[in-house]
Parts: sequence; structure tokens; C-alpha cells
Amino acid sequence: MSVAKPVTHDSGHLHVTGTARYIDDVPLPANTAHLAFGLSTVAHGEITSMDLSAVRAAPGVIAVWTADDLPFANDVSPSIHDEPLLATGTVHYVGQPIFLVIADSHLAARKAARKGRIIYKERPALLTVDDAMAAGSRFEGGPVIWTKGDAAKAIASAPRVVEGRFEMGGQEHFYLEGQAALALPAEGGVIVQSSTQHPTEIQHKVAEAIGVPMNAVRVEIRRMGGGFGGKESQGNALAVSCALVARLLGRPAKMRYDRDDDMVITGKRHDFRIEYRAGVDDTGRILGIEFLQLARCGWAMDLSLPVADRAMLHSDNAYNLEHVRIESHRLKTNTQSATAYRGFGGPQGMLGIERAMDHIAHQLGLEPLAVRKANFYADMKDASGGSTSAKKKQTTPYHMEVEDFILNGLVTKLEASSAFATRKAAIAKWNAENAILKKGISLTPVKFGISFTLTHLNQAGALVHVYSDGSIHLNHGGTEMGQGLFRKVSQVAAASFGVDVGAIAITATDTAKVPNTSATAASSGSDLNGMAVKAACDTIRDRMADYLAREHQTVPAKVHFKEGKVFVGGDEMTFAEAASRCYMGRVSLSSTGFYATPKITWDRVAGRGRPFYYFSYGAAVSEVVIDTLTGENRILRADILHDAGASLNPALDIGQVEGAYVQGAGWLTTEELVWDDKGRLRTHAPSTYKIPACSDRPRIFNVALWHGANREDTIYRSKAVGEPPFMHGISVFSALSDACAACGPNYPDLQAPATSEAVLAAVKRARGTGK
Amino acid sequence: MNDIAFLLNGTPVTVSGESPTRTLLDWLRDTRGLTGTKEGCNEGDCGACTVMVTDTGGTRALNACILFLPQLHGKAVRTVEGLTGPKGEVHPVQTAMVEKHGSQCGFCTPGFVMSMAAAQKNGATDHDDYLAGNLCRCTGYAPIIRAAEAVANAPVPDWMTENLGALSGDAAPFAPATSDELAEWYESHPDAVLVAGATDVGLWVTKQLRDLPEVAFLHACTDLQEIENVEGGWRVGAGVTIAALRRAMEDPHPAFAELLRRFASEQVRGAATIGGNIANGSPIGDAPPALIAMGARLHLRKGDTRREIALEDFFIDYGKQDRAKGEFVEAVTIPDTAPALACYKLSKRFDQDISAVCGCFNIDLKGSKIESARIAFGGMAGIPKRASAVEAALQGRDWTLATIEAALPAFAKDFTPMTDMRASADYRLETAQNMLLRYFHERSGNPVSVLEVEA
Repeated sequence: MSVAKPVTHDSGHLHVTGTARYIDDVPLPANTAHLAFGLSTVAHGEITSMDLSAVRAAPGVIAVWTADDLPFANDVSPSIHDEPLLATGTVHYVGQPIFLVIADSHLAARKAARKGRIIYKERPALLTVDDAMAAGSRFEGGPVIWTKGDAAKAIASAPRVVEGRFEMGGQEHFYLEGQAALALPAEGGVIVQSSTQHPTEIQHKVAEAIGVPMNAVRVEIRRMGGGFGGKESQGNALAVSCALVARLLGRPAKMRYDRDDDMVITGKRHDFRIEYRAGVDDTGRILGIEFLQLARCGWAMDLSLPVADRAMLHSDNAYNLEHVRIESHRLKTNTQSATAYRGFGGPQGMLGIERAMDHIAHQLGLEPLAVRKANFYADMKDASGGSTSAKKKQTTPYHMEVEDFILNGLVTKLEASSAFATRKAAIAKWNAENAILKKGISLTPVKFGISFTLTHLNQAGALVHVYSDGSIHLNHGGTEMGQGLFRKVSQVAAASFGVDVGAIAITATDTAKVPNTSATAASSGSDLNGMAVKAACDTIRDRMADYLAREHQTVPAKVHFKEGKVFVGGDEMTFAEAASRCYMGRVSLSSTGFYATPKITWDRVAGRGRPFYYFSYGAAVSEVVIDTLTGENRILRADILHDAGASLNPALDIGQVEGAYVQGAGWLTTEELVWDDKGRLRTHAPSTYKIPACSDRPRIFNVALWHGANREDTIYRSKAVGEPPFMHGISVFSALSDACAACGPNYPDLQAPATSEAVLAAVKRARGTGK
Repeated sequence: MNDIAFLLNGTPVTVSGESPTRTLLDWLRDTRGLTGTKEGCNEGDCGACTVMVTDTGGTRALNACILFLPQLHGKAVRTVEGLTGPKGEVHPVQTAMVEKHGSQCGFCTPGFVMSMAAAQKNGATDHDDYLAGNLCRCTGYAPIIRAAEAVANAPVPDWMTENLGALSGDAAPFAPATSDELAEWYESHPDAVLVAGATDVGLWVTKQLRDLPEVAFLHACTDLQEIENVEGGWRVGAGVTIAALRRAMEDPHPAFAELLRRFASEQVRGAATIGGNIANGSPIGDAPPALIAMGARLHLRKGDTRREIALEDFFIDYGKQDRAKGEFVEAVTIPDTAPALACYKLSKRFDQDISAVCGCFNIDLKGSKIESARIAFGGMAGIPKRASAVEAALQGRDWTLATIEAALPAFAKDFTPMTDMRASADYRLETAQNMLLRYFHERSGNPVSVLEVEA
């Protein structure tokens, strides 16, 4: 069967030959207009005058529009309509689009956009979480607070209390393909090609902006050059701009951000400050814990509420917390509107408790892994039948029963495969012999909840056609951003029909084929779309079986589809012959499919329910070395054991794990976003913002998949794999902290990202020579 | 004006009427419809636009986004579309990248396969180094390296041979053919912009969107591209690329060569020149601190007038060099020995990053005494600068930890660094001091480099 096989990426050959087409590669009609935004240069202020005469006079300029020129909705927000396409009177961050230049070339548009003369009456800008807290500037009325048990009381009566506070930076997505969109005028509406994870959202925002119903807007996307959450809502402005030009000027329009504009305009991962206070016993077991999470959300709401929710939802990570209180502030600041990024708040929440684990271990003089294990949930039976050690019902801080926990067994296996204890001892010896360089090692677990927390998004549709020659045309609501979704889904379709994956034509995501799609996000792509595709394929297959059984005077149960053939009773034929016969027999060979995730129910205000269908698990061991003179640091080795359920495609899943680990490590090490005191982002190109390069990956990089099956009835019992392994990068941060702690008696209090500068500061704190 | 003529994927092409600052990337994509070569950053930092360029000196991987068309005259350009054979045969690196799952989103992939094919053609196996200029956000690089390793010994397909003889012998447009010609022309066009590798000037065009006045390209001045063994050292022509300099320095100055290994990326080192790196006066250009620490001499020329100065004297203040209008950097002389040289580059990322601090130390001992100390830093001032007060604090003293520690306060006399996105002023000053400690410990035989540690 085609599932569970390590089939290569469906576009691999196209990628390596340069023939995989992205939006910027689409051949353009001759009169295509090219667009660029004129941007705010202040973080907060009223626009008192705008002189765009030089922009209009610049070579190649066709038109220049401001908010006043927009005929319908001036809004590109994915949530509460607080994000105008073009600023209306007030600007809220450096980089906010104010005017739109329409020109005859990309370069002409970029050049003209810099010629605007805008005078502002500047207002005080809130740039930091401290600024926003002091001003009471937040989304929602006040903080969101979830509780289970009585944390304050448990902490008060605990033998030991450990508390701390730390900062973690945000993260630029740095998809290699920048944001891009292209719109063509069409009868009664527009056709839009957009580099988006969320075609239906583009369709919706475009329809509102040009004043037509959604049925007049068709959005198509074959592939993105990376998304990582950065193309969930941030593509709206480009697609809407192009559609407006197509509609109002009747000419094709294309917009792509130059890299610097992309980084200055669009949102990033939320940076957080987390404070924790834990009451523990002498074994490090947490008796009660409180978290304060301050999320810097930027100027508009975007997706900040569910992101901050997910940070709260991962405050427990893998640990059974009896008494817990989580308080979350979603702070509004004059910076880019922070947005979705792989993990969607989960990494921030998880880093909070992992940091607390390290701190507890340090303060109690215990081995951090022992403290982690002392707090794990108990393992439960999985679908393949593991042991059950849970004695009683165990629940998360949001009162969801944890039914599928496997980390005790998984971590034991990883400890053995990574020789954790032996290496830990060897590192202690090495550190005793080396004065300047110090090593560190850490094992951190991941438990990540799978499902959109906005419950209605957990649905998907598919459309499958079988043609009379046996070729199969597949479409669904998910988008391909590199993760291999299309390949996995084609494997599902091939399995239904018993044909080779090569028989399946994978086509662009298209709102005219499958409507009302959810974003390809929350790791849900293959779970949702795989099931929808299977439903569509099975419908067609069952119709074929019914017909062929009638034709052969047998029963449908005796019709089998395998190895490109159809076996009917004692007879056999190729799948193509079967399709042809069904066509001649007037059987419908086209079907939609639909899937809605079962079991989930969630009250986000109360913080109660079952937001997740299931959890994905894994654990990572990282070994690092630091230089105590400069703080320079490197990952030396990584060992990861990850739970992808019964993997649909082990090669693609391992690829996700390797890539996510390095991206997660980048978040917590070299990837530092720096704003100046005027709110200007100073790291807006790869010259200054440093994602991991080739040599930053660990030289020894052992990644394996846990052999298990999802206890829930997901597509072939697989598990989602997009986001969960990102958080294996936390093991790098924890290992760096361990190395810093080898320098002196004090807790190093490492801040994230652990740049060389941050590591050197932590070394000094450990030694008691720094702040 | 002459046309620009080069081989594009094996076929001669002639380009007329284009602006001399039209980039190869824009021309490939917009004019030729060759969209396999991608724009990722348009500043030479991501490698998505990597192409292969072959000339009489061999084959290099270069960034098409900061290559101007006139630089290609007489050369062969191969894009990802030309990596596949004439009958559609795939190149071994393409096969390996598919089989090893080396692509996910695929956007960086054409750049990677071009870098890999260039390296494979040249027999290079330092995969991490030649791929440092190609960023991938999806894979974590592991499968890409597996692919690179898999094809290291595969035969180079015959269609990769470039027939440069198929090109006509016309002189290169906008480009003097000798340094004499350049000297004469530049004296009478002193406001012109001289473009060597375009790895800096390229960004004036792609990022600052500047319209340059007159431009002269230096790549045809082959007499500026020589490294000569002269009395007491090497005279390195201004047009020598960083890649060529790195090769030449591996034996005499391994510490300098190692610093040059971390100089930008393969694609940039193959284009950038030592003359450009000095002449642009960047406070964070990595070659000058090392050269100053070695006592390099700079050769300047205006018309027929030549002069020679100590390299450190060239840098006067931020953005201000000791260079008259119409005068250009002709060469730099590097002393033949500096066995005590150590170069420490501190940056957020090890590879393909700009220094926060670059400290270069060259301290000679006589017995147990410090006979001479030459110490120079990048990133600590508006210019590459010697640490004169530190040197004075060391000169003639005993080579002991106590001497080193006593000299540390002198750094604050030499330098008042700034805070920026790369590092804070305090961190810069502290690590500059710590680099002197590192130098002491390294010479004492202690492990001091995280790059040399294994799990």
C-alpha cells in the first residue's frame, strides 16, 4: 500500500530542475501593473500632511492610492477588522503601509514608494511589554486567567519555592520565498494567485475589498516557498491590493515584497516574558505553580488571542500539575502585529515550564531529567497496545483528560539510544578538565496538542475525479508549503484505489474546487485533508465496486483494488479498464469528501474542555559547547525520538523533524530581532537576522520515529508532524543553560535567544560576576 | 559601446542597450524568462539566486542578484535550467537531492544545486563551507549534506563543459583592460564608481535603489589580479578575489586563511576582491584587521603617481579614507611571516555573518619577553584600528597572565565601541579584552575554540 512508505516529495524533480513554479515565476500579461507600499517611518503618530506629488511624478507610475481611494472595506485583518490596508489618519508602527504605488515595473514601484513626503505629529510609542503594561494597553479587557486546584495555597505550604522571570525573543519566519500575489481581472470579479496558507481568507478579504460576493473571487495556490505560519494572514495585504488594481483599473496586478519590506511590514512570532513561581517537594515534584505570561502582540490583534491561548495550553507541557494558575496578558504595542508562527504560542508556553524545570533542578541540586520524570504524566495505552500505568484520571490545567501519554516509555528509549547518562558523566569530567570551554547536555520532552482551538476550523473538504483512462485528479483544501502534504494526501488517495502514487495528479489548491477551507496551519494539514480525500476516494471506489460487482454478478465485498488492478471475483482488470467500464456503465467517477474532527469541545474563556483531539509527543537530547570568554556556542550532537503515530511517510516526517529542530534551535540561539528606541526594526535582512546556516546543524544528528499508532482514529492512525518537533529546539536552550551552570554555583538565568552575548552574561551570573 | 557577450547555458548570447547596473538575476528572470533562479533576498545573503560562472580561471558559484551584466562579458553563465543535459538528462546532484529528500519548499533548491554542482565540478568536498552562502529554512540541512556527500565522486556530466572559444574577442564594455588604462581613465573621471566584485556596490543598486553615475568595471584588469612573491612578502593585486587570497594564504598565514574561510560565503568570496574590501573602508570588513596586525602596506595609484602607506594609515575616520579623487587601491603587500598571528571573529552566526568584533593579534616573543605586539580590531571603532594602548601595555613585558590582565584596562583607552544590532558596546569591549586572554591561553596550548570540539 502507498501509505507508510518513504516516497519522495511530489515536487522533488521540479524543485531541483528549477521548474517548480511559485507566484513570482508566473508569466505575466503584457500590461501587468506592479505594486509597492509607501511605509510609515514613525512608530505612532497622526499623519498631518501627505505630499505624494513626487511619487506620482516618478518614472513609470500609473497611480498612487491612499485610504481615501479605496471603494469598499479598507481592512486586511484576519480577526477584528482593526487592520486597514492603508493607514487612516494614524500610524501604529514603523513599516505600516500608508499609500499604494501602482507602476509599470517592480523597480519603478519600489523607487517611487520612497518619494512620499509625509509629516506626522508623533505620539508616544509603546514598544515594550513594560510600556504596554504601564499603559494598560492590551487586547481583551484584562488578562485571561485559567486555574486548576489552588496554586497559591499549594505553593504556600510547599517545602521549597522556586521562582524566576525570563524573556524570550520573537522570530522572523524567513520563508525563502517572500510574500507575493498576482490578480487578473475576470468577468464580475477577480482571479487571484497568492502565496498563502489560507486561500479562503484571501478570497474573503478580497471580496470585501472589491465589493463582490465570495463567489466572484477565485484564489489559487500551487505551492509556497515556505510558510511557517507567516503566510496564514500576512498575505492579505498583497492579494487585496492586487485585486483592487485588477478591479478598478482592469489590468493584471502583481505585488511582491522586497525582503527588507517583507521583514519590516509583516508580523513575526510573539516575544514573551514569562514569570513562574513553583512550590516543590524535595524530589522536585511540583505541588503548585503559577505562570504570568506577557505576550507582545504588536499593533493589531491578528491571531494573537489564539496564539496566547496556545501558550497557556502548553504551560504544562508533559507535566501533571495538580494546582496551577496561568495569567496571560495580550499586550498591544507599536510594533509589527505579531502573527502565527510554527507552534503558534506553544513553544513559548512550553519553554516557560521547561525553564522552570531546569531552575528547580538547579536550586534543589537535582539532575534536571530526574525532576522532569518526577513530574511526567503517567503513560497510557496507545492503539497498538502499550502498558497502562496511570492509576487515576489525569488532567491538564485546562481540565482535559490526558489519555494518550507515552513519554515515560519514549524517554527511556531515547535515554538508552543517546547514551544520555554516560555522556552526562563524560561531560562533567570534560568540564572539570577545561577551563575556557564548557559543555552542556539536556533532554527535553514535547507534548503538543493537535487541533485548531477555534473548534469550527477543524473541518476539511476534498474533490476527486477519476477519468475514464484511470488517471486520478486530486484536490483538497490544504496548501503545500514544502511540508509534503500533497505527497501524503496523494499516498492516501493511491491507497484507496490501490494504484501507484504516480497515477495521482496533484493540483493547485483552488477555492473554486473546494470551498470554505481552513488555513493549512495547526499541523492539521494531513489529518484533516487526508481524511477528506479518503472519504472522497472511498465514495468513488465503492461506487466502482458496486457496479463491477453487479457486472460480474458478485458482491462488492469481493471487489478488491490493489497494485494498479481491480480484482472482481476471479476476474482481474487494470484500474484503467475498471474506470472505463464504470464510465460506460454511467457511474459517477467524481466525488467530494468531507471531514470534521470528532470529540473536541472547548470554552476558551473558562479554560475548560477538550480543545485537542490528541497529543503528539517526542523528546530530544542536545549536547552543546560554549566559550566562556565570548559566549560563542555550538550544537555538537542531537538525538531525537519523535512520535508521528503510524507515519504516513517516514521520510517526509523525519524531514519535518530535522528541519523543525534546526528552526527551533535558531529561534533560541542566533535569531535575534532588534528594534531601536524609535521602534525601528534593525534586523530586516539576512545580513543582520541570522537563521541557522549549514554548519549550525549538529554534526551528529540522529532522528528516529517512535513506533506507535495514534490511539485516536486519525488518517491511517498517523499523527500531525508540522509543529511539534519545532519544540525539540528547547533542548538546545536547556543544554546551553546547563553549560553555563557548569561555570559557577549560581543559577545562570539564561535569556532567549541565547546569542553569544546572552550566553556570556549567563556565564557571569553563574560565577557571580555579572548582573 | 560594445555589446555584452557571454554563454548562457552553453549558447552564445549578446546583450545590447541594457543599463550597466542591470543585475543578472533580473535579466534572467524578466528578460529571458529563466525563472528557475530565485530572488530570496536581493543582497547576496541567501544564495537562492546562485548560478555558475566559468571563465579562464575556472568555475565559481556566484550570486546573480548582485552581478551586473557587464561583469559576465566573455564568460559562461549556467543556470539551473542548464544543469539538465541537452536531452533532459538530470545532473547527479539533482538526482541525489531528490533521492535524499533534500528539498521541501524547493525555493532555495535551485541555488543549492548550483552551488553543489559547482563544487562537484571543482572536486570540493568542504560541504559546509561551500554551502554556507545558501540558506534553507525547511530541511535543517542534514538531507542536503547527505546529497552532497553522495555525489562527491560522481563523474561531472560532459554537458557541463563550457566552450569559451565560441565567444568573440571584443573588449569588455565599461571595463578597462589594464591598470594603466584604468589609471588614466579614472584620473579624468574621478566621480565614477569603480566596481570590482560588486558585492558591496551591488547593494547600492538593489537596496538603496541608487542610480550610479559613471561606472567602470575592474574585472578585465588582469594585471591587478596577480599575487607576486616580492622581497619580504607577497604583493597582492587589488583585483585578487578573497577566494584566491584565501588559497594563497593557507600555507604562509593559516590563521588569516581561516579568517577568510569565514569571510562572507563562497559566492561572495568568489566575486569580492581584497582591493574592494580595503577601499570601501568598512569598519567591519574582515581582511583589514588581520592585514594591519601583520603590518601590511598599501599601494595607491593616481594616474602615473604611486605611493605606499601603512595599511592602518589608510583608514582615517568612518567613511573617510586617505584616498585622493581619481586615486585607487592598486595592491597590498603582506609580510611573508607572521607565525604568531591569530584572528578571532565574533559574529552571531559562525558562517556567512558580519563581525561584531574581529580581533587580530600578532605578538612576537623574545625569550619570555614580549618583543613586539601588533593588535588590530574591526567592529570596535568607525574604522579598522590598532589597539595602540594595549600594545604599549604589553611591549617589553613578561609573557605572563599577569601581564595580559594588567593590559586589559588599556582597551578602554583604545576603543569606545558602539551598540547596534550585532552587539552591545559593553559586550564588544569585554570580548575584545577576552580575546587577548584567549590568545594567551591558545599560545599556552589550551583548547579555546568551540569550532574544534566534538561531541
